[in-house]
Amino acid sequence: MKIVFFIAAWVAILCVALICVFLLANGLPAIGEIGPLNFLLGTKWKPGNDLYGIAPMIVGSVYVTAGAVLIGAPIGIITAVYMAQFAGVRLQKLLRSAVALMAGIPSVIYGFFGLVVLVPVLRNLFGTGKSVLTASILLGMMILPTIISLAESAIRAVPKSYYEGALALGASAERSAFFAVLPAAKSGILAAVVLGIGRAVGETMAVVMVAGNQEIIPNGLFSGVRTMTANIVLEMGYAAGLHKDALIATAAVLFVFILIINFLLSLLKGQEAQ
Amino acid sequence: MNKISIQNLNLFYGSFQALKSLSMDFQENEITALIGPSGCGKSTLLKSLNRMNDLVSSCKITGQVLLDNEDIYGTMNVNLLRKRVGMVFQKPNPFPMSIYDNIAFGPRTYGIRAKMRLDDIVEKALTSAAIWDETRDRLKKSALSLSGGQQQRLCLARALAVAPEVLLMDEPTSALDPISTLKIEELLNALKRDYTIIIVTHNMQQAARISDKTAFFLIDEMIEYGSADQIFSLPKDKRTEDYITGRFG
Repeated sequence: MKIVFFIAAWVAILCVALICVFLLANGLPAIGEIGPLNFLLGTKWKPGNDLYGIAPMIVGSVYVTAGAVLIGAPIGIITAVYMAQFAGVRLQKLLRSAVALMAGIPSVIYGFFGLVVLVPVLRNLFGTGKSVLTASILLGMMILPTIISLAESAIRAVPKSYYEGALALGASAERSAFFAVLPAAKSGILAAVVLGIGRAVGETMAVVMVAGNQEIIPNGLFSGVRTMTANIVLEMGYAAGLHKDALIATAAVLFVFILIINFLLSLLKGQEAQ
Repeated sequence: MNKISIQNLNLFYGSFQALKSLSMDFQENEITALIGPSGCGKSTLLKSLNRMNDLVSSCKITGQVLLDNEDIYGTMNVNLLRKRVGMVFQKPNPFPMSIYDNIAFGPRTYGIRAKMRLDDIVEKALTSAAIWDETRDRLKKSALSLSGGQQQRLCLARALAVAPEVLLMDEPTSALDPISTLKIEELLNALKRDYTIIIVTHNMQQAARISDKTAFFLIDEMIEYGSADQIFSLPKDKRTEDYITGRFG
């Protein structure tokens, strides 16, 4: 039996290691051939002309993720405060199952929803339907369950005595919740947001469906945008040779982003443990 | 002069009655101690004076509690009531922020933003709670870095910073060592010149040392209420005598 546990546990570690090796083994030579600067800072992605600059995609991922966090984090955190502090038991249950359901909806369905609801609405309002803004709104919705559930448990972990102490000073229930309880849950809430960022950076399907996918550095909220994930999934099917390796290298860059986010997360967790 | 007057107060948690037709007055500029065995409703009574009982959804109250002749369960704004009737809890509960921000929390709630004004309030509050000398050089440090006794004095300072009229203290020294306890007791003695103080304590010596009046509670009612001297030397009721001489409780 011991050997079964051993193998099971090592499968996970092996997977990560293999992914790492695969990305680096295929990605690094491509980056070397293209030139690291040309690859990371180049603004032209034209595989037909052997131009492989992924700066537009990096910027696109950053924009869309930032937009998602700007939309998702405040809504998520306020919802979490409401669930942990004010909502009645029945409403809490309803909210919790809604959030759990949200987390379970496949991203292609979010994408479809974005395509048939968000895109037309935004096109009517602003002229362009598939844009940084559309992708941000959709991703903001998609990271809500992550942020809400993690932030809620962080807020619940704060001793009741902080809330009562603030109330006893004559602070309103809202002020007590936002200025005494919330700061005490700071590191847990930051961790929730960082995990949300991780989800947003890695999301592919939904983004492809609503972002427009032009390989340009977006010049505003209403500009079309292509993220790193979209770049990979859009071209992987027919790419060959250096083109294919450049896409794998894009994945390697994405992987580094995720590593950074995980590193931040473990920093925050360490802070919380203190 | 009566600062708080309780008239025929009944308090229920669901179907359980914690206080039974209680009437009593609290005098201005005096320390009143509430003593009695656990579960006799002293803390409940204390919490009903600043409506912290509102947080317990099953809690129902009938009767009146008058603060300067105004019913606190009437149209009075609860937040304003809690500004006037401050509270120090059993376990020190400083917020996990700097010492300065802890004290400034209350004043900021009431819209005081000017740095000079806040600095002044913080210094005065910490001085009144006899903790200014220990904290003046580390106001930006986390309040959680203080010792338990210091934290409790910080909480007292935090309560004083909103300029309350009444101070409710729920066993404020039960988690503290004897020296910190003594410091708090000395403080209360000095503070009663400006405040009306009501303290719940399990420590009979403490009640005898610091209170002007003492009320003895048993189960759900007040057995005896009088000057501390009288209660501790010549209790009228047999049950009071048994309790303060340590025969039960």
